Amino acid sequence: MSGSTSKNSDIAIRVEDIGKMYRLGSSVLAYQTLRESLPGWLKRQSSEKDEILWALRHVHFEVKRGEVIGIIGKNGAGKSTLLKILARVTEPSEGYAEIHGRVGSLLEVGTGFHPELTGRENIFLNGAILGMRRAEITAKLDEIIDFSEVEKFIDTPIKRYSSGMQMRLAFSVAAHLEPEILVVDEVLAVGDADFQRKCLGKMQDVSQQGRTVLFVSHNMSAILRLTTETLVVDHGKIIMRAPTEQAVDYYLSQGHAEEGIKQWTPDEIPDAAAPFRPISISVRNTGSAPSDSVRSIDPIDIEIAYELEESVKGLRVGFYLMNTRGEYISTSFDTDDPAKFESMGTREKGIYLSRCTLPADLLNEGRFVLGVNASSYRIRRYFQDEQALTFHVDASGAPGTHWAEQRLGPLRPRLEWSIEKE
Amino acid sequence: MNEQVEIPVTYLRPGRGLAALNLRDLWIYRELVFFMIWRDVKVRYKQTLLGATWAILQPVATMIVFNIFFGELGKIPSDGIPYPLFNFTALLPWQLFSKALNDAARSLVQNRHMITKVYFPRMVLPIASVLSGLVDFGIAFVILIGMMIFYKTPFTWAILTIPLLLVLALTFALGIGLWFASLNVLYRDVAYVMPFISQFWMFISPVIYPSSMVPEQFRFLYYLNPMTGVIEGFRWAMLGTQTSFPASMLISSIGVTIVVLVSGLFYFRRMERLFADMV
Repeated sequence: MSGSTSKNSDIAIRVEDIGKMYRLGSSVLAYQTLRESLPGWLKRQSSEKDEILWALRHVHFEVKRGEVIGIIGKNGAGKSTLLKILARVTEPSEGYAEIHGRVGSLLEVGTGFHPELTGRENIFLNGAILGMRRAEITAKLDEIIDFSEVEKFIDTPIKRYSSGMQMRLAFSVAAHLEPEILVVDEVLAVGDADFQRKCLGKMQDVSQQGRTVLFVSHNMSAILRLTTETLVVDHGKIIMRAPTEQAVDYYLSQGHAEEGIKQWTPDEIPDAAAPFRPISISVRNTGSAPSDSVRSIDPIDIEIAYELEESVKGLRVGFYLMNTRGEYISTSFDTDDPAKFESMGTREKGIYLSRCTLPADLLNEGRFVLGVNASSYRIRRYFQDEQALTFHVDASGAPGTHWAEQRLGPLRPRLEWSIEKE
Repeated sequence: MNEQVEIPVTYLRPGRGLAALNLRDLWIYRELVFFMIWRDVKVRYKQTLLGATWAILQPVATMIVFNIFFGELGKIPSDGIPYPLFNFTALLPWQLFSKALNDAARSLVQNRHMITKVYFPRMVLPIASVLSGLVDFGIAFVILIGMMIFYKTPFTWAILTIPLLLVLALTFALGIGLWFASLNVLYRDVAYVMPFISQFWMFISPVIYPSSMVPEQFRFLYYLNPMTGVIEGFRWAMLGTQTSFPASMLISSIGVTIVVLVSGLFYFRRMERLFADMV
């Protein structure tokens, strides 16, 4: 890495043939003890036996100054690796990239927060870690505290804060960074809806000030709102770059399970999900096999299969139903009924199937997205996959289909009408 | 945007061979060094009952134990100085060094959540660890002054060399610390070996005995340990032990320190690019 300066260039980021390789099995993924590596040294560290994994390969793209680019892709597709390279956290194994300007990275908010220090002290510490000068932090201190909405507790050690408060404080420090290039990874997945909205607003301000933003998210509505162009990453490659709406449409309709069932592979399940281990989610018309295309005039079964590696208290497993623009249509959990929560809130170790039946004549034709969430309210979120599965609803026979027109809206219920003559 | 503004350009490519030291980046992040030290010190004393008194208790308690066993029972010679004072003067730079070394060695692994998430010159971490011991040292130094008054030891101008000796001790600790910190990322064995190394090292440094006890034919080897020069330098500066400035010791101390520091810097820089993937 070296530095120089450039003038009047309108390029913010140029990435040429970047690749990142990880060696599985030996050196990279796990640290080792000396004894394990001594035999390797004796063989002059030949590592032919190691399995090589390219987390990213042959990636090219250019971002102009002031552009706001979204990056979407499945877990493990290489999005985070790409951001880590651009943020200089890790080095590429091959290729070359050029970054014009300071990069502020929000790969995780609250990095370096120390529980024993007060909110105010942590603002300084976290700001310095993110590359802010002390004078810069001091100048923006009031604004940061104000934005975080925790001013009452700003001189209390943050170990007494709720996780939401810590998050708000952390984001508000990060939001006041003023680099030429801002790299953001899924930080908005946390916090309550109001604060999320505020953060999105702040990011919009940032982009309007002519700064370049790279934004990774699974939240399609945030991507649609904030970005104009989007890169779709899959298996370590950029498979598409297009105006965001087009890219999101493509992403949601491609690459996912096509058979109406999504099965999670072990590398898609974060360690933090334990003891919850998702197995599959499927969609089908009641009585038939899982299918990518279901009829709206028949009931639709949504089934989530999962294993509990030990007993879990207060569990709820459910789905989000969204349209392909990422807008939520409905959220439902298997223990929404208080009586059911009473009886099934605590589940023993074992394999479970939570099944929900959507009534006939509910959805309009089009593509829908199902997300999965397994959590204990206010305690822990075990697992979440916001785009687990997409499926198509076929509306033949639904109300109004004798007119060959597209009906607006996600729902197409069979409603009672009466027509009376006065 | 203002078109006249010069924008720094960073080039990212796979690192090969010897990396440049990139001290410019370290300079840009100098405030982070300060904040990390400040965090260390603040956190260390925030939740302890005795707070800063620990900085005094630790060396004083060690000195009392050593005095009983080595001074009173072992009758170890102390260059004509009362043993407690002789020993305490050595304990201050020794504990500063050993704490600096231990903290630096663990600094990368301990802060791995930062390393994997944000870019900053990784060297900030061992540097801050090495420097944060100075606060404790400062507090304990006041006790040393008190003891010197108690034992009616005359103060001389030689005391002005103390800062230089501190720089030497800390630079050496940083040099070794850079090696151990990088190795600890690769091999966690380092963390297990550290306590043993410190203990062993104390015995090959003139902490509980004077270096004049070391047989003549081994002195050359003995002086290769930079802590010998630092500790005997301390005794000379505070207590006037050696009749003259321990020049030959200090020259070899400085020589070894430079070698260790430079090699540590380059090794650290070479390994730095792997830290985020391996830590």
